[in-house]
Amino acid sequence: MGDVLVMAEHLDGALTEITFEMLAQGKSLAGQLGGKLTALLVGGTDGMAAQLGAAERVYVVPGDANFHPQAHGAALRAAVQAHSPQLVMIGSTATGMDLAGPLASALNLPLAAYCTALAWENGSLRATAQLFGGKLEAITDLGAGPCVVMAMSGIASAEEGRQAGKPALEPLAAPATDGKVTFKRLIQPEQADVDITAKDVLVAIGRGIGKKEDIEVAQELADKLGAALAASRPIIDAGWLPKSRQVGKSGLKVKPKVYLALGISGAPEHIEGMKGAGTIIAVNSDQHAPIFAVAHYGMVADLFDVCEELMELL
Amino acid sequence: MIIAVPLKQVPDLVEDLTLDASGTGLDYESLKLKLNEFDDHALEEALLLKESVPGTVVVALAVSGSEAERMLFTALAKGADRAVKLTGVDANADNRLLAQAFAAAIAQTGGELVLAGVQSAGDRDGQLGPLLAARLGAPVVSVVTHVTLSGSAVTFRKEYAGGLMAEFEAQAPVVLGIQAARQAPRYAAVSKVRQVQQTAKLETLSVTAAPAPGGKVVALAPPARGQGAKMLGKATELLAVLKDKGVV
Repeated sequence: MGDVLVMAEHLDGALTEITFEMLAQGKSLAGQLGGKLTALLVGGTDGMAAQLGAAERVYVVPGDANFHPQAHGAALRAAVQAHSPQLVMIGSTATGMDLAGPLASALNLPLAAYCTALAWENGSLRATAQLFGGKLEAITDLGAGPCVVMAMSGIASAEEGRQAGKPALEPLAAPATDGKVTFKRLIQPEQADVDITAKDVLVAIGRGIGKKEDIEVAQELADKLGAALAASRPIIDAGWLPKSRQVGKSGLKVKPKVYLALGISGAPEHIEGMKGAGTIIAVNSDQHAPIFAVAHYGMVADLFDVCEELMELL
Repeated sequence: MIIAVPLKQVPDLVEDLTLDASGTGLDYESLKLKLNEFDDHALEEALLLKESVPGTVVVALAVSGSEAERMLFTALAKGADRAVKLTGVDANADNRLLAQAFAAAIAQTGGELVLAGVQSAGDRDGQLGPLLAARLGAPVVSVVTHVTLSGSAVTFRKEYAGGLMAEFEAQAPVVLGIQAARQAPRYAAVSKVRQVQQTAKLETLSVTAAPAPGGKVVALAPPARGQGAKMLGKATELLAVLKDKGVV
Protein backbone atom coordinates (compact mmCIF):
# COMPACT_ATOMS: atom_id res chain seq x y z
CA MET A 1 0.00 0.00 0.00
CA GLY A 2 0.92 3.65 -0.27
CA ASP A 3 1.92 3.37 -3.90
CA VAL A 4 0.63 5.62 -6.65
CA LEU A 5 0.24 4.15 -10.12
CA VAL A 6 0.16 6.50 -13.12
CA MET A 7 -1.18 5.19 -16.42
CA ALA A 8 1.23 6.57 -19.03
CA GLU A 9 -0.59 7.85 -22.10
CA HIS A 10 0.96 7.96 -25.53
CA LEU A 11 -0.44 9.03 -28.87
CA ASP A 12 1.10 8.90 -32.30
CA GLY A 13 4.50 7.85 -30.96
CA ALA A 14 4.84 10.34 -28.10
CA LEU A 15 3.99 10.47 -24.41
CA THR A 16 1.37 13.15 -23.77
CA GLU A 17 1.57 16.18 -21.46
CA ILE A 18 -0.99 14.78 -19.04
CA THR A 19 1.33 11.82 -18.38
CA PHE A 20 4.04 14.14 -17.03
CA GLU A 21 1.52 16.23 -15.12
CA MET A 22 0.26 13.07 -13.40
CA LEU A 23 3.82 11.99 -12.61
CA ALA A 24 4.45 15.35 -10.91
CA GLN A 25 1.22 15.15 -8.92
CA GLY A 26 1.68 11.44 -8.23
CA LYS A 27 5.20 11.96 -6.92
CA SER A 28 4.07 14.44 -4.30
CA LEU A 29 1.15 12.22 -3.24
CA ALA A 30 3.33 9.11 -3.08
CA GLY A 31 5.76 11.10 -0.93
CA GLN A 32 2.99 11.97 1.51
CA LEU A 33 1.88 8.34 1.61
CA GLY A 34 5.36 6.97 2.05
CA GLY A 35 4.89 4.88 -1.04
CA LYS A 36 6.43 4.53 -4.46
CA LEU A 37 5.46 6.29 -7.66
CA THR A 38 5.07 3.76 -10.43
CA ALA A 39 4.15 4.32 -14.06
CA LEU A 40 2.50 1.74 -16.27
CA LEU A 41 3.50 1.79 -19.91
CA VAL A 42 1.61 -0.42 -22.33
CA GLY A 43 3.00 -0.69 -25.85
CA GLY A 44 4.31 2.53 -27.29
CA THR A 45 7.66 3.03 -28.90
CA ASP A 46 11.32 2.59 -27.96
CA GLY A 47 12.72 4.97 -25.39
CA MET A 48 9.39 5.90 -23.84
CA ALA A 49 10.02 4.11 -20.54
CA ALA A 50 13.24 6.08 -20.04
CA GLN A 51 11.29 9.34 -20.29
CA LEU A 52 9.24 8.37 -17.23
CA GLY A 53 12.15 9.22 -14.93
CA ALA A 54 9.98 10.91 -12.33
CA ALA A 55 8.71 7.45 -11.41
CA GLU A 56 10.75 5.11 -9.23
CA ARG A 57 9.55 2.16 -11.20
CA VAL A 58 7.94 1.54 -14.58
CA TYR A 59 5.87 -1.53 -15.32
CA VAL A 60 6.42 -2.25 -18.98
CA VAL A 61 3.80 -4.29 -20.79
CA PRO A 62 4.51 -5.25 -24.40
CA GLY A 63 1.94 -4.05 -26.89
CA ASP A 64 1.25 -2.15 -30.06
CA ALA A 65 2.56 1.29 -30.86
CA ASN A 66 -1.00 2.64 -30.75
CA PHE A 67 -3.61 2.83 -28.03
CA HIS A 68 -5.89 -0.15 -27.80
CA PRO A 69 -8.79 0.09 -25.33
CA GLN A 70 -8.98 -3.61 -24.54
CA ALA A 71 -5.24 -4.31 -24.39
CA HIS A 72 -4.51 -1.25 -22.27
CA GLY A 73 -7.53 -1.91 -20.07
CA ALA A 74 -6.56 -5.54 -19.42
CA ALA A 75 -2.93 -4.61 -18.67
CA LEU A 76 -3.99 -1.86 -16.27
CA ARG A 77 -6.38 -4.13 -14.44
CA ALA A 78 -3.79 -6.90 -14.11
CA ALA A 79 -1.19 -4.44 -12.79
CA VAL A 80 -3.60 -3.00 -10.23
CA GLN A 81 -4.68 -6.45 -9.09
CA ALA A 82 -1.13 -7.72 -8.77
CA HIS A 83 0.41 -4.68 -7.10
CA SER A 84 -2.47 -3.04 -5.17
CA PRO A 85 -1.61 0.66 -5.48
CA GLN A 86 -3.42 2.97 -3.10
CA LEU A 87 -4.17 5.45 -5.87
CA VAL A 88 -4.48 4.92 -9.62
CA MET A 89 -4.17 8.04 -11.78
CA ILE A 90 -5.57 8.05 -15.32
CA GLY A 91 -5.80 11.04 -17.66
CA SER A 92 -9.18 12.67 -18.15
CA THR A 93 -8.70 12.16 -21.88
CA ALA A 94 -10.13 10.21 -24.79
CA THR A 95 -7.99 7.19 -23.89
CA GLY A 96 -8.42 7.55 -20.13
CA MET A 97 -12.18 7.44 -20.50
CA ASP A 98 -11.96 3.91 -21.92
CA LEU A 99 -9.89 2.74 -18.96
CA ALA A 100 -11.05 4.39 -15.73
CA GLY A 101 -14.73 3.36 -15.60
CA PRO A 102 -14.16 -0.29 -16.48
CA LEU A 103 -11.25 -0.56 -14.00
CA ALA A 104 -13.18 1.01 -11.13
CA SER A 105 -16.25 -1.02 -11.95
CA ALA A 106 -14.44 -4.35 -12.27
CA LEU A 107 -12.52 -3.93 -9.01
CA ASN A 108 -15.34 -2.11 -7.20
CA LEU A 109 -13.18 0.93 -6.42
CA PRO A 110 -14.35 4.52 -5.98
CA LEU A 111 -13.70 6.72 -9.00
CA ALA A 112 -13.57 10.50 -9.29
CA ALA A 113 -13.62 12.02 -12.78
CA TYR A 114 -12.54 15.48 -14.02
CA CYS A 115 -10.08 16.04 -11.14
CA THR A 116 -8.30 19.39 -11.02
CA ALA A 117 -6.68 18.90 -7.60
CA LEU A 118 -5.89 16.02 -5.24
CA ALA A 119 -4.87 16.13 -1.60
CA TRP A 120 -4.41 13.74 1.30
CA GLU A 121 -6.25 15.01 4.32
CA ASN A 122 -6.60 13.12 7.59
CA GLY A 123 -5.91 9.79 5.99
CA SER A 124 -8.22 10.09 3.03
CA LEU A 125 -7.90 11.35 -0.51
CA ARG A 126 -9.88 14.44 -1.44
CA ALA A 127 -10.48 15.00 -5.12
CA THR A 128 -11.61 18.35 -6.48
CA ALA A 129 -13.51 18.06 -9.75
CA GLN A 130 -14.96 20.51 -12.23
CA LEU A 131 -18.53 19.56 -13.04
CA PHE A 132 -21.56 20.96 -14.84
CA GLY A 133 -19.57 22.68 -17.56
CA GLY A 134 -17.23 24.24 -15.00
CA LYS A 135 -20.08 25.95 -13.14
CA LEU A 136 -19.59 23.90 -9.99
CA GLU A 137 -16.65 22.37 -8.22
CA ALA A 138 -17.15 19.22 -6.16
CA ILE A 139 -14.83 17.90 -3.48
CA THR A 140 -15.20 14.15 -3.05
CA ASP A 141 -13.79 12.21 -0.13
CA LEU A 142 -12.56 8.98 -1.68
CA GLY A 143 -11.50 7.36 1.59
CA ALA A 144 -8.13 5.82 2.35
CA GLY A 145 -7.89 3.99 -0.95
CA PRO A 146 -7.48 2.11 -3.10
CA CYS A 147 -9.21 4.45 -5.52
CA VAL A 148 -9.09 5.70 -9.09
CA VAL A 149 -8.95 9.31 -10.29
CA MET A 150 -9.12 10.87 -13.74
CA ALA A 151 -6.81 13.88 -13.88
CA MET A 152 -7.62 16.97 -15.90
CA SER A 153 -4.97 18.74 -17.91
CA GLY A 154 -3.35 21.35 -15.67
CA ILE A 155 -3.45 19.28 -12.46
CA ALA A 156 0.30 19.83 -12.01
CA SER A 157 3.30 21.12 -13.93
CA ALA A 158 4.34 18.84 -16.80
CA GLU A 159 7.86 20.27 -16.51
CA GLU A 160 8.14 18.95 -12.96
CA GLY A 161 7.09 15.53 -14.14
CA ARG A 162 9.58 15.52 -16.99
CA GLN A 163 12.51 14.48 -14.84
CA ALA A 164 15.55 12.60 -15.85
CA GLY A 165 16.00 9.47 -13.83
CA LYS A 166 16.63 5.80 -14.07
CA PRO A 167 13.39 4.14 -13.06
CA ALA A 168 13.53 0.42 -12.42
CA LEU A 169 11.92 -1.24 -15.42
CA GLU A 170 9.76 -4.19 -14.47
CA PRO A 171 8.35 -6.18 -17.36
CA LEU A 172 4.81 -7.49 -16.95
CA ALA A 173 3.12 -9.97 -19.27
CA ALA A 174 0.41 -8.71 -21.60
CA PRO A 175 -2.87 -10.30 -20.54
CA ALA A 176 -4.90 -11.94 -23.29
CA THR A 177 -8.02 -10.16 -24.53
CA ASP A 178 -10.90 -11.54 -26.56
CA GLY A 179 -9.74 -9.49 -29.54
CA LYS A 180 -13.22 -8.15 -30.24
CA VAL A 181 -11.86 -4.66 -30.92
CA THR A 182 -9.30 -4.17 -33.69
CA PHE A 183 -7.22 -1.07 -34.26
CA LYS A 184 -7.23 -0.29 -37.99
CA ARG A 185 -5.29 2.92 -38.55
CA LEU A 186 -4.45 6.38 -37.32
CA ILE A 187 -6.01 9.27 -39.21
CA GLN A 188 -3.91 12.42 -39.18
CA PRO A 189 -5.65 15.82 -38.84
CA GLU A 190 -7.16 17.13 -42.04
CA GLN A 191 -5.44 19.97 -43.84
CA ALA A 192 -6.99 23.23 -42.72
CA ASP A 193 -7.93 26.17 -44.93
CA VAL A 194 -6.85 28.43 -42.06
CA ASP A 195 -4.34 27.57 -39.33
CA ILE A 196 -5.98 29.02 -36.22
CA THR A 197 -2.90 28.16 -34.12
CA ALA A 198 -0.83 30.63 -36.17
CA LYS A 199 -3.16 33.64 -35.86
CA ASP A 200 -2.55 36.64 -33.60
CA VAL A 201 -6.23 37.37 -33.19
CA LEU A 202 -9.10 34.88 -32.98
CA VAL A 203 -12.81 35.55 -32.85
CA ALA A 204 -14.31 32.39 -31.36
CA ILE A 205 -17.98 31.51 -31.32
CA GLY A 206 -19.92 29.10 -29.14
CA ARG A 207 -23.39 27.82 -28.58
CA GLY A 208 -24.65 31.39 -28.09
CA ILE A 209 -24.48 31.99 -31.84
CA GLY A 210 -27.74 30.02 -32.04
CA LYS A 211 -27.94 29.11 -35.68
CA LYS A 212 -25.68 28.44 -38.61
CA GLU A 213 -26.78 31.44 -40.69
CA ASP A 214 -25.75 33.80 -37.92
CA ILE A 215 -22.11 32.69 -38.04
CA GLU A 216 -21.85 35.27 -40.82
CA VAL A 217 -22.15 38.05 -38.23
CA ALA A 218 -19.08 36.80 -36.36
CA GLN A 219 -17.24 36.15 -39.62
CA GLU A 220 -17.76 39.77 -40.69
CA LEU A 221 -16.38 41.00 -37.38
CA ALA A 222 -13.41 38.63 -37.67
CA ASP A 223 -12.70 39.90 -41.20
CA LYS A 224 -12.86 43.47 -40.00
CA LEU A 225 -10.42 42.71 -37.17
CA GLY A 226 -8.07 40.74 -39.39
CA ALA A 227 -8.82 37.72 -37.23
CA ALA A 228 -9.62 34.11 -38.00
CA LEU A 229 -12.88 32.55 -36.91
CA ALA A 230 -12.63 29.71 -34.39
CA ALA A 231 -15.30 27.85 -32.41
CA SER A 232 -16.06 25.69 -29.41
CA ARG A 233 -17.12 22.07 -29.72
CA PRO A 234 -20.91 22.38 -30.12
CA ILE A 235 -20.43 24.43 -33.29
CA ILE A 236 -18.16 21.76 -34.77
CA ASP A 237 -20.39 18.86 -33.66
CA ALA A 238 -23.34 20.59 -35.32
CA GLY A 239 -21.32 20.59 -38.55
CA TRP A 240 -21.41 24.39 -38.85
CA LEU A 241 -17.62 24.82 -39.07
CA PRO A 242 -14.84 22.35 -39.93
CA LYS A 243 -12.90 20.49 -37.22
CA SER A 244 -9.83 22.57 -38.05
CA ARG A 245 -11.54 25.54 -36.39
CA GLN A 246 -12.18 23.79 -33.07
CA VAL A 247 -10.49 25.12 -29.95
CA GLY A 248 -10.33 22.83 -26.92
CA LYS A 249 -9.47 19.41 -25.58
CA SER A 250 -10.50 17.45 -28.65
CA GLY A 251 -9.62 20.31 -30.96
CA LEU A 252 -6.60 22.59 -31.11
CA LYS A 253 -4.68 24.44 -28.42
CA VAL A 254 -4.29 28.11 -29.39
CA LYS A 255 -2.26 30.96 -27.95
CA PRO A 256 -3.23 34.08 -29.90
CA LYS A 257 -2.41 37.54 -28.61
CA VAL A 258 -6.12 38.30 -28.40
CA TYR A 259 -8.97 35.80 -28.08
CA LEU A 260 -12.46 37.25 -28.39
CA ALA A 261 -14.97 34.65 -27.18
CA LEU A 262 -18.56 35.26 -28.29
CA GLY A 263 -21.31 33.18 -26.70
CA ILE A 264 -18.88 30.61 -25.27
CA SER A 265 -19.80 29.48 -21.75
CA GLY A 266 -16.32 28.22 -20.97
CA ALA A 267 -16.58 24.50 -20.24
CA PRO A 268 -13.31 23.06 -18.89
CA GLU A 269 -12.71 21.27 -22.20
CA HIS A 270 -12.74 24.61 -24.02
CA ILE A 271 -10.65 26.47 -21.44
CA GLU A 272 -7.96 23.79 -21.85
CA GLY A 273 -7.49 24.91 -25.44
CA MET A 274 -7.31 28.70 -25.01
CA LYS A 275 -6.18 29.56 -21.49
CA GLY A 276 -2.74 30.45 -22.83
CA ALA A 277 -4.04 33.35 -24.94
CA GLY A 278 -2.44 36.73 -24.19
CA THR A 279 -5.68 38.62 -23.67
CA ILE A 280 -9.03 36.89 -23.38
CA ILE A 281 -12.16 38.96 -23.92
CA ALA A 282 -15.47 37.21 -23.31
CA VAL A 283 -18.96 38.29 -24.30
CA ASN A 284 -21.76 36.18 -22.85
CA SER A 285 -25.35 36.81 -21.85
CA ASP A 286 -24.98 34.63 -18.72
CA GLN A 287 -23.19 36.56 -16.00
CA HIS A 288 -22.33 33.27 -14.27
CA ALA A 289 -20.67 31.76 -17.35
CA PRO A 290 -17.37 30.10 -16.29
CA ILE A 291 -15.57 31.87 -19.17
CA PHE A 292 -15.53 35.05 -17.06
CA ALA A 293 -13.27 33.30 -14.55
CA VAL A 294 -10.46 32.97 -17.10
CA ALA A 295 -11.16 36.06 -19.23
CA HIS A 296 -9.19 39.25 -18.68
CA TYR A 297 -12.10 41.35 -19.90
CA GLY A 298 -15.75 40.41 -19.82
CA MET A 299 -19.02 41.81 -21.02
CA VAL A 300 -22.46 40.52 -20.07
CA ALA A 301 -24.39 41.21 -23.25
CA ASP A 302 -26.04 39.73 -26.30
CA LEU A 303 -23.25 38.86 -28.70
CA PHE A 304 -25.20 40.10 -31.72
CA ASP A 305 -25.69 43.53 -30.15
CA VAL A 306 -21.98 43.71 -29.43
CA CYS A 307 -21.02 42.60 -32.95
CA GLU A 308 -23.37 45.15 -34.48
CA GLU A 309 -22.13 48.01 -32.31
CA LEU A 310 -18.50 47.11 -32.95
CA MET A 311 -19.07 46.98 -36.70
CA GLU A 312 -20.59 50.45 -36.56
CA LEU A 313 -17.67 51.76 -34.52
CA LEU A 314 -14.98 50.21 -36.70
CA MET B 1 -29.02 -5.65 -35.00
CA ILE B 2 -30.55 -4.01 -31.94
CA ILE B 3 -29.03 -0.66 -31.01
CA ALA B 4 -29.74 0.46 -27.45
CA VAL B 5 -29.51 4.17 -26.65
CA PRO B 6 -29.61 5.15 -22.95
CA LEU B 7 -30.98 8.67 -22.51
CA LYS B 8 -30.12 10.75 -19.46
CA GLN B 9 -31.71 13.89 -18.06
CA VAL B 10 -29.23 16.55 -16.96
CA PRO B 11 -29.47 20.14 -15.68
CA ASP B 12 -29.74 22.80 -18.35
CA LEU B 13 -26.45 24.63 -17.84
CA VAL B 14 -27.84 27.86 -19.21
CA GLU B 15 -29.84 28.17 -15.98
CA ASP B 16 -28.49 28.84 -12.50
CA LEU B 17 -27.71 25.66 -10.58
CA THR B 18 -29.20 25.65 -7.10
CA LEU B 19 -28.00 23.39 -4.32
CA ASP B 20 -30.14 21.26 -2.04
CA ALA B 21 -30.38 21.69 1.74
CA SER B 22 -27.31 19.51 2.36
CA GLY B 23 -25.22 21.83 0.20
CA THR B 24 -23.48 18.87 -1.43
CA GLY B 25 -26.02 18.02 -4.10
CA LEU B 26 -28.20 19.80 -6.64
CA ASP B 27 -31.76 20.75 -5.87
CA TYR B 28 -33.26 18.79 -8.76
CA GLU B 29 -36.78 19.89 -7.86
CA SER B 30 -35.98 23.47 -8.82
CA LEU B 31 -33.71 22.80 -11.79
CA LYS B 32 -34.63 22.91 -15.42
CA LEU B 33 -33.69 19.50 -16.78
CA LYS B 34 -33.16 18.40 -20.36
CA LEU B 35 -31.83 15.54 -22.44
CA ASN B 36 -28.03 15.27 -22.31
CA GLU B 37 -26.97 16.71 -25.67
CA PHE B 38 -24.44 13.91 -26.36
CA ASP B 39 -27.26 11.38 -25.89
CA ASP B 40 -29.15 13.25 -28.59
CA HIS B 41 -26.14 12.75 -30.87
CA ALA B 42 -26.02 9.04 -29.92
CA LEU B 43 -29.70 8.70 -30.80
CA GLU B 44 -29.16 10.49 -34.12
CA GLU B 45 -26.27 8.19 -35.04
CA ALA B 46 -28.45 5.18 -34.15
CA LEU B 47 -31.30 6.47 -36.34
CA LEU B 48 -28.91 7.10 -39.24
CA LEU B 49 -27.68 3.50 -38.93
CA LYS B 50 -31.26 2.27 -38.86
CA GLU B 51 -31.96 4.16 -42.07
CA SER B 52 -28.91 2.79 -43.84
CA VAL B 53 -28.94 -0.84 -42.63
CA PRO B 54 -32.22 -2.79 -43.01
CA GLY B 55 -33.14 -4.87 -39.97
CA THR B 56 -31.66 -2.40 -37.48
CA VAL B 57 -33.86 -1.78 -34.46
CA VAL B 58 -33.36 1.26 -32.23
CA VAL B 59 -34.39 0.98 -28.58
CA ALA B 60 -34.36 4.18 -26.52
CA LEU B 61 -34.18 3.79 -22.74
CA ALA B 62 -34.61 6.33 -19.96
CA VAL B 63 -34.91 6.11 -16.20
CA SER B 64 -38.26 7.33 -14.95
CA GLY B 65 -37.95 10.97 -13.95
CA SER B 66 -39.37 14.36 -14.81
CA GLU B 67 -37.99 14.30 -18.37
CA ALA B 68 -38.26 10.57 -19.15
CA GLU B 69 -41.57 10.67 -21.00
CA ARG B 70 -40.66 13.72 -23.04
CA MET B 71 -37.30 12.19 -23.98
CA LEU B 72 -38.80 8.81 -24.89
CA PHE B 73 -41.78 10.09 -26.89
CA THR B 74 -39.45 12.46 -28.73
CA ALA B 75 -37.19 9.50 -29.54
CA LEU B 76 -40.20 7.62 -30.95
CA ALA B 77 -41.25 10.69 -32.95
CA LYS B 78 -37.76 10.84 -34.42
CA GLY B 79 -37.89 7.21 -35.51
CA ALA B 80 -36.86 4.96 -32.61
CA ASP B 81 -38.64 1.59 -32.75
CA ARG B 82 -39.09 1.06 -29.03
CA ALA B 83 -39.04 3.30 -25.97
CA VAL B 84 -38.48 1.80 -22.54
CA LYS B 85 -38.99 3.53 -19.23
CA LEU B 86 -36.99 2.14 -16.31
CA THR B 87 -38.50 2.29 -12.84
CA GLY B 88 -36.97 1.51 -9.48
CA VAL B 89 -34.03 3.94 -9.51
CA ASP B 90 -33.62 7.71 -9.23
CA ALA B 91 -33.14 9.37 -12.64
CA ASN B 92 -30.73 11.86 -11.05
CA ALA B 93 -28.58 9.19 -9.38
CA ASP B 94 -24.83 8.90 -9.99
CA ASN B 95 -23.64 7.06 -13.07
CA ARG B 96 -22.38 4.01 -11.16
CA LEU B 97 -25.99 3.39 -10.17
CA LEU B 98 -27.52 4.34 -13.52
CA ALA B 99 -25.07 2.01 -15.27
CA GLN B 100 -26.47 -0.93 -13.30
CA ALA B 101 -30.03 0.09 -14.13
CA PHE B 102 -29.37 0.45 -17.86
CA ALA B 103 -27.35 -2.80 -17.94
CA ALA B 104 -30.21 -4.69 -16.29
CA ALA B 105 -32.65 -3.23 -18.81
CA ILE B 106 -30.48 -3.85 -21.87
CA ALA B 107 -30.06 -7.48 -20.75
CA GLN B 108 -33.82 -7.74 -21.30
CA THR B 109 -34.42 -5.50 -24.31
CA GLY B 110 -31.33 -6.63 -26.18
CA GLY B 111 -28.73 -4.25 -27.56
CA GLU B 112 -25.66 -5.70 -29.26
CA LEU B 113 -24.57 -2.16 -29.99
CA VAL B 114 -25.00 0.43 -27.26
CA LEU B 115 -24.59 4.06 -28.28
CA ALA B 116 -24.26 6.29 -25.23
CA GLY B 117 -23.45 9.99 -25.09
CA VAL B 118 -19.71 10.37 -24.49
CA GLN B 119 -20.23 12.33 -21.28
CA SER B 120 -22.77 14.40 -19.41
CA ALA B 121 -22.71 17.45 -17.19
CA GLY B 122 -22.52 15.73 -13.81
CA ASP B 123 -20.26 12.74 -14.41
CA ARG B 124 -18.57 13.00 -11.02
CA ASP B 125 -18.09 9.25 -10.67
CA GLY B 126 -17.17 8.47 -14.27
CA GLN B 127 -18.91 8.49 -17.63
CA LEU B 128 -21.98 6.33 -18.18
CA GLY B 129 -20.76 4.47 -21.30
CA PRO B 130 -17.63 2.89 -19.78
CA LEU B 131 -19.44 2.05 -16.53
CA LEU B 132 -22.31 0.50 -18.47
CA ALA B 133 -19.89 -1.50 -20.64
CA ALA B 134 -18.26 -2.93 -17.53
CA ARG B 135 -21.67 -4.04 -16.24
CA LEU B 136 -22.51 -5.61 -19.61
CA GLY B 137 -19.11 -7.29 -19.85
CA ALA B 138 -18.59 -5.58 -23.21
CA PRO B 139 -15.66 -3.53 -24.50
CA VAL B 140 -16.06 0.24 -24.68
CA VAL B 141 -14.60 2.91 -26.91
CA SER B 142 -15.28 6.57 -26.13
CA VAL B 143 -15.20 9.84 -28.09
CA VAL B 144 -16.57 8.13 -31.18
CA THR B 145 -17.90 9.42 -34.50
CA HIS B 146 -18.73 7.92 -37.93
CA VAL B 147 -20.21 4.57 -36.92
CA THR B 148 -20.97 2.08 -39.70
CA LEU B 149 -22.38 -1.45 -39.57
CA SER B 150 -21.66 -4.54 -41.62
CA GLY B 151 -23.21 -7.68 -40.16
CA SER B 152 -22.00 -7.86 -36.56
CA ALA B 153 -18.93 -5.74 -37.37
CA VAL B 154 -19.01 -2.14 -36.21
CA THR B 155 -16.52 0.34 -37.65
CA PHE B 156 -15.98 3.77 -36.15
CA ARG B 157 -13.53 6.55 -35.41
CA LYS B 158 -12.19 7.57 -32.03
CA GLU B 159 -11.13 11.21 -31.70
CA TYR B 160 -7.98 12.17 -29.84
CA ALA B 161 -6.70 15.72 -29.42
CA GLY B 162 -5.88 18.16 -32.19
CA GLY B 163 -7.87 16.39 -34.88
CA LEU B 164 -5.93 13.10 -34.61
CA MET B 165 -8.24 10.10 -34.89
CA ALA B 166 -8.04 6.31 -34.91
CA GLU B 167 -10.23 3.91 -36.83
CA PHE B 168 -11.35 0.77 -35.03
CA GLU B 169 -13.48 -2.22 -35.88
CA ALA B 170 -15.35 -4.12 -33.18
CA GLN B 171 -17.42 -7.27 -33.11
CA ALA B 172 -20.68 -6.64 -31.26
CA PRO B 173 -21.52 -6.53 -28.42
CA VAL B 174 -19.76 -3.22 -27.86
CA VAL B 175 -20.52 0.08 -26.15
CA LEU B 176 -19.55 3.30 -27.91
CA GLY B 177 -19.43 6.73 -26.28
CA ILE B 178 -20.67 9.04 -29.03
CA GLN B 179 -19.08 12.46 -29.41
CA ALA B 180 -21.11 13.63 -32.39
CA ALA B 181 -23.45 12.17 -34.97
CA ARG B 182 -22.58 12.58 -38.66
CA GLN B 183 -25.24 15.25 -38.86
CA ALA B 184 -26.87 17.55 -36.35
CA PRO B 185 -29.56 15.70 -34.36
CA ARG B 186 -32.91 15.87 -36.13
CA TYR B 187 -35.70 17.92 -34.69
CA ALA B 188 -39.09 16.49 -33.81
CA ALA B 189 -41.90 19.01 -33.99
CA VAL B 190 -43.93 19.40 -30.81
CA SER B 191 -47.09 18.47 -32.74
CA LYS B 192 -45.46 15.23 -33.90
CA VAL B 193 -44.35 14.36 -30.37
CA ARG B 194 -47.88 15.05 -29.09
CA GLN B 195 -49.33 12.82 -31.77
CA VAL B 196 -46.94 10.00 -30.85
CA GLN B 197 -47.80 10.52 -27.19
CA GLN B 198 -51.44 9.84 -27.99
CA THR B 199 -50.90 6.77 -30.13
CA ALA B 200 -47.74 5.06 -28.88
CA LYS B 201 -47.14 3.33 -25.58
CA LEU B 202 -43.94 3.30 -23.58
CA GLU B 203 -42.70 -0.05 -22.33
CA THR B 204 -41.88 -0.20 -18.64
CA LEU B 205 -39.18 -2.24 -16.97
CA SER B 206 -38.59 -2.48 -13.25
CA VAL B 207 -34.89 -2.57 -12.39
CA THR B 208 -32.80 -2.56 -9.24
CA ALA B 209 -29.38 -1.12 -8.54
CA ALA B 210 -27.17 -1.27 -5.46
CA PRO B 211 -25.11 1.71 -4.30
CA ALA B 212 -21.58 1.56 -5.71
CA PRO B 213 -18.47 3.02 -4.11
CA GLY B 214 -18.35 6.56 -5.40
CA GLY B 215 -16.84 8.41 -2.49
CA LYS B 216 -18.69 11.04 -0.52
CA VAL B 217 -19.22 14.57 -1.80
CA VAL B 218 -18.13 16.90 1.00
CA ALA B 219 -18.44 20.22 -0.83
CA LEU B 220 -20.15 21.56 -3.94
CA ALA B 221 -19.83 25.22 -4.92
CA PRO B 222 -18.99 27.56 -7.77
CA PRO B 223 -15.22 27.54 -8.27
CA ALA B 224 -13.17 30.28 -6.64
CA ARG B 225 -12.72 32.83 -9.36
CA GLY B 226 -9.49 34.51 -8.42
CA GLN B 227 -9.43 38.00 -9.74
CA GLY B 228 -11.82 37.29 -12.58
CA ALA B 229 -12.46 39.43 -15.60
CA LYS B 230 -12.55 43.22 -15.65
CA MET B 231 -16.14 43.79 -16.68
CA LEU B 232 -16.93 46.15 -19.52
CA GLY B 233 -20.24 47.91 -19.92
CA LYS B 234 -20.30 49.17 -23.47
CA ALA B 235 -19.05 48.24 -26.93
CA THR B 236 -16.94 51.42 -26.93
CA GLU B 237 -15.02 50.07 -23.92
CA LEU B 238 -14.50 46.78 -25.74
CA LEU B 239 -13.23 48.71 -28.75
CA ALA B 240 -10.81 50.58 -26.48
CA VAL B 241 -9.39 47.24 -25.28
CA LEU B 242 -9.02 46.04 -28.87
CA LYS B 243 -7.19 49.27 -29.71
CA ASP B 244 -5.00 48.98 -26.63
CA LYS B 245 -4.01 45.45 -27.65
CA GLY B 246 -3.21 46.62 -31.17
CA VAL B 247 -6.00 44.69 -32.89
CA VAL B 248 -7.44 47.83 -34.50
